[in-house]
Amino acid sequence: MVPISYHLVLSGVLFTIGVMGVLLRRNTIIIFMAIELMLNAVNLSFVALARHLGSLDGQLIVFFVMAVAAAEAAVGLAIILLVFRGRETVNADELNLLRW
Amino acid sequence: MDHVTFFALALPLIVVATMVVVHPSPVYSALFLVMTLFLLAVYFLFLDAHMVAALQIIVYAGAIMVLFLFVIMLLNLQTEPREQQRRGLRRAALIGGGILVLELFLLLRRLPTGDTPEQALPAGFGTVQALSERLFTDFLLPFEITSILLLVAMVGAVVLAKRQG
Repeated sequence: MVPISYHLVLSGVLFTIGVMGVLLRRNTIIIFMAIELMLNAVNLSFVALARHLGSLDGQLIVFFVMAVAAAEAAVGLAIILLVFRGRETVNADELNLLRW
Repeated sequence: MDHVTFFALALPLIVVATMVVVHPSPVYSALFLVMTLFLLAVYFLFLDAHMVAALQIIVYAGAIMVLFLFVIMLLNLQTEPREQQRRGLRRAALIGGGILVLELFLLLRRLPTGDTPEQALPAGFGTVQALSERLFTDFLLPFEITSILLLVAMVGAVVLAKRQG
C-alpha cells in the first residue's frame, strides 16, 4: 500500500507544473489549460483523501469542481474568442487594456 | 494501490503534464492534456472512485477538451517560433515554483509516515449509487445551485459569442 503522502506529493507536483505554466506561457489558451491542470491536481488530492478517510465527501466535491470547471471553460473560451475577433491575438502580453 | 502501480502512473503523469506546459504548439498541448486526464482517470479507478473516473473521461476529456480543440482550430493558431519571454518573469516563475515545492515538502514532513492501514471501506464505495444517494440528500442544495451556475455560464457564453467585437 502506498501511504497517503505519495498521492499528496503527486498532486502538489502537478499543481506546481500548472502554476509554472500560467507564469511562463503567454498564450492565453495554454494558460487556460494550465488552470485546468491545477484543478485536476486538486481533484486528485480530494479523491486520495476520500479514499484515505473512507468518506464519500471528497468525491462529491470533485463532482462540483468539475461542474465549475466546465462553466469556467465555456465562459473563458467565449471571452478569448471575442478578444481574438477584436485584437487578432491571444498573446497575454499584448492584451494590456486593463493594465495600469 | 501498490508501489509499482503508483510509479507506473505517477511518472507518465508528470511527464505528460510537463509536456502540456512546455510544448510550443497549442494543439499538441491540448492532446497532452487529454492524455493527462485519461491517466488521472485510471488513477481514480485505483483509488476506488469509479464514478469520478467515468465523469473525468466524459466531462473533462470529452466535453471540455473538445471545446478547447474547437477554439484552437477556430482561431487557427500556429506554432509560435519562440514565445517572447521576459527574463524577469521567467526567473520569478522559477523561484515561485521552487518555493511552492519546498513548502510542500516541509508540510509533508509533519504528516505521519509509513504505511497507513487499509481503511475498511463500506460496500459499493464510489459507485454511482453510493454517490448519488449522498448527492440527492445531503448535497441537494449545492447540486441545485450548480445547475443555476451552469445555466448562467451557458447564457453568458452565448451572449459573449453573439456580440459583435
